[in-house]
Amino acid sequence: MDDIDRNIINTLQAGFPICDAPYFQVAESLNISETELLARLKALLAKGFLTRFGPLYNAEQMGGALTLAAIKVPAERFEEVTDIINAFPEVAHNYARSHELNMWFVLATETPAQQQQTISAIEGQTGLAVYNMPKLKEYFVNLKLEA
Amino acid sequence: MPDALDLKLLARISAGLPLCPRPYAQIGMEIGLNETEVIRRLTALKADGLIKRLGVIVKHRPLGYRANAMIVWNVPDGLIKPLGKHISRFSFVTLCYQRPKHPEWPYNLYCMIHGKDRATVLAQLAQLDNACGLAHFERQILFSRRCFKQRGANYQTQHTKATANG
Repeated sequence: MDDIDRNIINTLQAGFPICDAPYFQVAESLNISETELLARLKALLAKGFLTRFGPLYNAEQMGGALTLAAIKVPAERFEEVTDIINAFPEVAHNYARSHELNMWFVLATETPAQQQQTISAIEGQTGLAVYNMPKLKEYFVNLKLEA
Repeated sequence: MPDALDLKLLARISAGLPLCPRPYAQIGMEIGLNETEVIRRLTALKADGLIKRLGVIVKHRPLGYRANAMIVWNVPDGLIKPLGKHISRFSFVTLCYQRPKHPEWPYNLYCMIHGKDRATVLAQLAQLDNACGLAHFERQILFSRRCFKQRGANYQTQHTKATANG
């Protein structure tokens, strides 16, 4: 990754134009050719620096529901429980964290009712209590990370 | 609410924008709309807020962001809003939410700091403590140890599949 790649990532985290030739427009602002921009984006995706290139949706406005949930997993069951949780297509993110509540995951469901069903299913399959922590108020979201 | 064609369009762009000079024309060809119509609909979906942002979503770790801390505080209800707003003003804060307390987990204010190493994140947290007067509230710092899954969330909407995040 060089400075041009970093510039591309930082620029495209802020947004991508909706117009007939968006890559041309971005390339011009970065002082590179459209061909070079496309080639570099392909490489960055292939190398795994980007998870995807597309839209971030507002799940709630689409009728869906998002929540953050956590469970206390006994150390000896960690791998097993990870496999169970990750197998749910509703689980978008899953992180091990340094606390007694050591597994934290984000659930995205089509409806609020399905969120509760998914939590019950996870509790049933793991035998562990799920702490559900849906957001009550959002103060700030800016997941832009400078490359 | 989006109509059936919007949903089809959202489902198509969730799979990733085509890497070609006229990506919206390409998408239109695949789903039976012309380029102008694709651009018109996407512009409207973005203006309505259904699409928060169009662009790249980075993987934290390959970019060197290895210290991802979730910090949770137990603050009095009346202070959540001013503290949430104050915390959000710091450029290193990536997320800030109010969430419900549980009997065994009495925390109601959450913030995330994505940093390159723990020392930096802890120094930033100390800065927050000082500036926002957070030091005397009960809190926990949960660094991520491993990332098992990081992707946009898939969920089904009728016959389509969309992607969400947040």
